[in-house]
Amino acid sequence: MSDDILLQARDLTVRFGGVLAVNRVSFDVKRGEVFTLIGPNGAGKTTVFNLISRIYTPTTGSIDFEGRRLTDQPPHAIAALGIARTFQNIELFENATVLQNLLIGHHIHRGTGFWSNLFFTSATRAAERAARQRAEEVIDLLDLPHYRDTLVAGLPYGKRKVVELARALCTRPKLLLLDEPSSGLNVEETEDMAFWIQDIQQELGITVLMVEHDMSLVSRVSDRVLAMNQGEVLALGTPAQVQSHLGVIEAYLGTVDDVSSLRREAA
Amino acid sequence: MRFIFKTDYDQDIRLVKHSGQAFWYGLLLLVLLAAPWLLGEYVLSQLSFVLIYGVAGLGLMVLSGFTGLASIGHAAFLGVGAYTETVLTAHGWPFPLSFAVAAGLSAAVGVVVGLPALRVKGIYLAIATLSFGFIVEEVLARWESVTKGNAGITVGSPQFFGADLGSSEAFYFIALGVCLLVTLGVMNLLRSATGRAFIAIRDSEVSAQSMGIHLAGYKTLAFALSAAIVGLAGALYAHKLRFISPDQFGIAQSIDLLLLVVVGGLGFVHGAFLGAVFLITMPQLIALAKDVLPPAIGQATGLQAVVYGLVLMGFVLFEPMGLYGRWLKVRTWLQLFPFYRKGMFRRQKSYTKSERLK
Repeated sequence: MSDDILLQARDLTVRFGGVLAVNRVSFDVKRGEVFTLIGPNGAGKTTVFNLISRIYTPTTGSIDFEGRRLTDQPPHAIAALGIARTFQNIELFENATVLQNLLIGHHIHRGTGFWSNLFFTSATRAAERAARQRAEEVIDLLDLPHYRDTLVAGLPYGKRKVVELARALCTRPKLLLLDEPSSGLNVEETEDMAFWIQDIQQELGITVLMVEHDMSLVSRVSDRVLAMNQGEVLALGTPAQVQSHLGVIEAYLGTVDDVSSLRREAA
Repeated sequence: MRFIFKTDYDQDIRLVKHSGQAFWYGLLLLVLLAAPWLLGEYVLSQLSFVLIYGVAGLGLMVLSGFTGLASIGHAAFLGVGAYTETVLTAHGWPFPLSFAVAAGLSAAVGVVVGLPALRVKGIYLAIATLSFGFIVEEVLARWESVTKGNAGITVGSPQFFGADLGSSEAFYFIALGVCLLVTLGVMNLLRSATGRAFIAIRDSEVSAQSMGIHLAGYKTLAFALSAAIVGLAGALYAHKLRFISPDQFGIAQSIDLLLLVVVGGLGFVHGAFLGAVFLITMPQLIALAKDVLPPAIGQATGLQAVVYGLVLMGFVLFEPMGLYGRWLKVRTWLQLFPFYRKGMFRRQKSYTKSERLK
């Protein structure tokens, strides 16, 4: 695998009983790019995400990350390899404050064990300070100081999305998986999200792999787009190429025949 | 209203957050230290029970309140701790050593019980721990060569290299010391990575895992830690009662512990102690009430069980955050007077349920 390829998926297939959720999907994610998966509902985008974060195991096929076989790793080891994710339906720690959520994001860098924590040794104290410093940097970046000590359960939806992004950044990932970062956000919040995704890519040098429906956001931030339909790859290319791809248009809008049959007879 | 301006990371890390806390907790500690000279024999004995149940409650809190794993068999760990302590004391072991062994053995049993917890969740875990409780009770009753079975066993007083610490004052200080150390340990964990991992598992297993938290490892750790703490409480309990038998560590005791953490406030360290105070004072209040109630109710058997049941239901329905949650509301009301709003503690509805992993 060449050096500029961060993640390599080969012939991924997932079968849930009789349903073929993902069928022979292969793609490469290059280091430093924003790579977007698009497709109608049920296309298998989130399933691909769950394969990469090891919530599912592929029926066949493999995923390599920096030359390491991801499919051989236990699920909790994925974060330590440098892959962080957000969830479509927001999976935050509801009864903890924003800061605590971010500190949990720092878990893989904790550097202290149970006994050290139990007696709160100086190593633990130093680790706590370091974790907080890191969390504050992310809080500053994503404009969250106002909500630092608020319980997540009391936050509006849009802010939760940002907190989830912040928590993923606290793991200091090399690859960030964003599952529908703009869903449920208003226009202004989507603007902010686009701005932050660009910042994360350009300033922090983090590779971003995202699933997104909002095409204006997709074309604004993505370097390459992969379109999927019913578990299969339809097209791969720049946002403009994919958007003008006939197969993609058909997947979203139906074929020309479908449309003409619906058209009312011209009087 | 107190505003805390944060200028230093250590302000969040410190145990005592501001001078008000330093004053009140300092005062509480002074009163507790002076209690043997201030209180009569009976009240001191009740206070010892509060400390013992506080420690046991804190043990269950680690598991249920912080890690989100239910257990209706925790009296078993109390039993393991109590019997270990009894046997070791009979062999003349000094109490710090026998306490450590009681906690260690209890933790080892906790790890064994924790193994099914990696596979089952929710109500199934509750059933698994319930049956475990029965198994331990049965073992204590049948293993007569060690436990003397259902006849019960007399517990010697704590030994310390020749010194006999059998007086109620000496025992009170041992209980207070254990209680302080355990509380400090739990609070240390809660302000560091281990405790946050517990809380993460409680709130969302799927994202805890994606943050790199090893679910099986931390769940087992929570079980072991919880069992060790309850085992310590059991060791104290044995010395306090001076006579133990297997039926003291049955389902009724387990439910008492559950009642304790729910009424006190799940997920708060304070909750364990408020719950312990409740659990110890409640029978006294019921006894007082018996005098004024009509005989048909006052003399009825099972009055206490009915009252406990009603209280538990009442808390689950009307104050799920328990006594400590109620205190938080009262405190906020006082701090913000007259600006307190009814909805301040109402959680925003989250329409998606967190996924649980196997």
